[in-house]
Amino acid sequence: MKKKSILFNFITLYISLILLTSCSKESFEVIDYNKKFTNSFGGTLVNAMAGEPSNLIAMVAGDSASSAIAGNIFNSLIKYDENLNYAPDLAESWKISNNQKTITFTLKKNLKWSDGLPLTSEDVLFTWKLITNPTTRTPYGSDYQLVKEASAPDALTFKITYASSYAPALDTWTALHILPKHILKDEDINKTFFSRKPTGSSYYKLDEWISGQQVVLKASNNSTSGPPSIEKLISRIIPDTSSQFLELTADNIDLMNINPIQYQRVFPARKDLQQKIALYKELGNGYTYLGFNLKKAPFNDIRVRQALNFAIDKDEVIKGVLLGLGESISSPYKPGTRWNNPNLSPYPYKPKKALELLSEAGFIKNKDGLLVKNGKPLKFEIITNQNKQREMTAVLIQRRLQEIGVEVSIRVIEWASFVNRFIKTGDFDVVVLGWGLSLDPDQFNIWHSSQQGPGQFNFLGYENKKVDKLLELGRKELNPQKREKIYHQFSKYLLEDSPIVYLYAGYGLSAVHKRVKGIKKPAPPAGIYHNNYNWFIPKPLRRNEILER
Amino acid sequence: MISYLIKRILWMIPMMIGISLISFFIMHLAPGDVTSSESSFNPRASEESRQKLRELYNLDKPVVIQYGLWLKRIVKLDFGNSFASHQKPVLWEQKDKSGNVTKGLIQESLPITLMINLIGIFIIFSISIVLGTISAVRQNTWVDRSITLFVFIGFAIPGFWLALLLMYWTGVSNQWLPISGLHSPGFQNLSSFGQFIDLLKHLVLPVSISSLSGLAGISLYVRNGMLDILHQDFITTARSKGLKEKKVVFIHALKNAILPLITIIGLSIPGLIGGSVIAESIFAIPGMGKLFYDSVLMRDFPVIMGILTIGSVLTLIGNLLADIGYAWADPRVRKGLVK
Repeated sequence: MKKKSILFNFITLYISLILLTSCSKESFEVIDYNKKFTNSFGGTLVNAMAGEPSNLIAMVAGDSASSAIAGNIFNSLIKYDENLNYAPDLAESWKISNNQKTITFTLKKNLKWSDGLPLTSEDVLFTWKLITNPTTRTPYGSDYQLVKEASAPDALTFKITYASSYAPALDTWTALHILPKHILKDEDINKTFFSRKPTGSSYYKLDEWISGQQVVLKASNNSTSGPPSIEKLISRIIPDTSSQFLELTADNIDLMNINPIQYQRVFPARKDLQQKIALYKELGNGYTYLGFNLKKAPFNDIRVRQALNFAIDKDEVIKGVLLGLGESISSPYKPGTRWNNPNLSPYPYKPKKALELLSEAGFIKNKDGLLVKNGKPLKFEIITNQNKQREMTAVLIQRRLQEIGVEVSIRVIEWASFVNRFIKTGDFDVVVLGWGLSLDPDQFNIWHSSQQGPGQFNFLGYENKKVDKLLELGRKELNPQKREKIYHQFSKYLLEDSPIVYLYAGYGLSAVHKRVKGIKKPAPPAGIYHNNYNWFIPKPLRRNEILER
Repeated sequence: MISYLIKRILWMIPMMIGISLISFFIMHLAPGDVTSSESSFNPRASEESRQKLRELYNLDKPVVIQYGLWLKRIVKLDFGNSFASHQKPVLWEQKDKSGNVTKGLIQESLPITLMINLIGIFIIFSISIVLGTISAVRQNTWVDRSITLFVFIGFAIPGFWLALLLMYWTGVSNQWLPISGLHSPGFQNLSSFGQFIDLLKHLVLPVSISSLSGLAGISLYVRNGMLDILHQDFITTARSKGLKEKKVVFIHALKNAILPLITIIGLSIPGLIGGSVIAESIFAIPGMGKLFYDSVLMRDFPVIMGILTIGSVLTLIGNLLADIGYAWADPRVRKGLVK
């Protein structure tokens, strides 16, 4: 008797649970996200970020989380538009003098800080003085120290003169957030409350920052560029990407960066996710390469470098590591932009050609199938830092090179040790690493022969007089057509010399909830985020915000 | 007794110096410093600025001198500021001249970790005592075996894996509990009772996961202690007096069996401030584990030393408390100390 009643209770409980869950599910699935919706101000966008911002003064911070948040709060003088051309931001226009040394910026009228006080050229001058001040703890000061003279003749004009013409100048002014003089003039920039309680001029202002948990931004009434559509941006700090993904599928966040497996395998298999989440891909801002230590034999022999380049199957690496979500490149510039030389193409996968070049260089196969020169086998170590994609890349390369008789070992090292013990000392054979695909074509710090000191960035030891000359020329030439020619030529030499094997430029992948509208697809060259102030969340789709009211 | 205490406390000073010396030098054995973070590996950042930073933080001086400088500050209880660009104080909040307060890193993270660990320890000990006692009383029956099996499964199961499964089950497919974080958005608009419930909901999963792996050790400890006691003469005496089995087990045996647990509680005090990096990352909890891990990767020396110092002080205090607790609970030990 007793047993029966327990069983009965369980059955009723079970049935009621089923009813309950099915009811709630039905009420969720009514929404059709693909309908046309109208834009209205309001709503909250929640995104996930892996690291907490450190300091919202970008010139001192240096981490990507900080610059992502600070970018919504501060403006620069100019910015890149969606096609990566220079566009007005705080400055309405700018003029370059005939001798290419002086740039005069004219600010927009009636600019205001979010606290209501006017933003003038005095603030710009103040910001320049801050970043060039030797006591400011910024790693980015050197570009701005090239300005010999800066002045603010009137409230709307800011004028700078370089000692000699400096082509990346405009690019450097897109990166410098203008800071308010009236708040910071008596503060120590290295240690100020302002880093956690900033006053900016852009679309959003800081509303609340709960350490280690979330940063909340709110639309600013005094935005210099008009109001944004979404009222609140919440950035939740969730270090683990699997947890981020669970939060996304549970509708608790609207936006996250995803990895190739999630993009290619998880989403296609999950109808329920496709219904509410849209995926975006855009070419990322960096590329991965295999770099040779050019100071060491046999890598000082161009034939060996070219041979290894021919022996690596880049398409296979892209398929294996990125599940096809990447592009192979042949210059350090984004494909499709003007700096990229369209006449160049990557070294094709030709193991036979590789063997020919290696035998020219003196490497002959011995009876074990290994390449040997003067009794010494062709054998080296690839080092890389703890980065899953780079590790997998190294493994694929190891296999291909083993096939032609090259013995490769792999070593993975924690970042700080990697840089200090191996890169700085030049104590390595081959590295797998990445560089940024910068928007300005200047590559002086990476490839000029003068940049080989410890801690500098030509750590591979690349030296080519013709390339040195082009890099020097390109830094001085402000005319875009002439600059384009210079860097196309530079890319050609670099590809021929093969100091690095370009492996891939991966796509940046984002998953965004379909309640967020106004995102451009396909992504423009500047990426989907460039117009995030135009994104909107239609009223009927806004998250149930009972908790917030 | 008091002279014994004073002696013990005085002994802590040379111990602390020794511990800090060893930690400081080991920390500096790892290559690199705060200027070699991954984000500073950027062609736009110049080597001169990194050198400037090194000089500013005295990182260009010999390690011995750096240790001397650190010791000079620490005797004044000044733990310094983080090397990270936020320059937050390591231990406790600081006020600037216009009255803005910057909270200390340990001050922010410690309460969270402490709360989770205290609840965790309470749960581990209460469940373990019950499980251990049942196992001992029902020794070698299926009850005993299944309890042992259960606690070992809990011990062996990878925490992060179980955590993700539970997060999916309770957070995504059923939406009973929040998935990660400590507070819901809009937390500050709730009533204080609502905030408490909200926090509790967020703690269910992290605390359960961290407790599960602790059950095995403690419950087996209780079980074995209990078995030892149950076979002793005074238990036989108690039984032969005609006492009820319940009274024999719970009053006479259990009291004696959990005595050694005092040592374990004392020894787990330093563990209270250490969080688990994996659990904190998965559940997005800004605790001590993540703070320490990030500081090590960043080579943020003041923070690393701050956490190590506090950890070792707590270890020494924990040992002392365990001894005192033992003396208080066991007359035999008390007598030994007075002699």
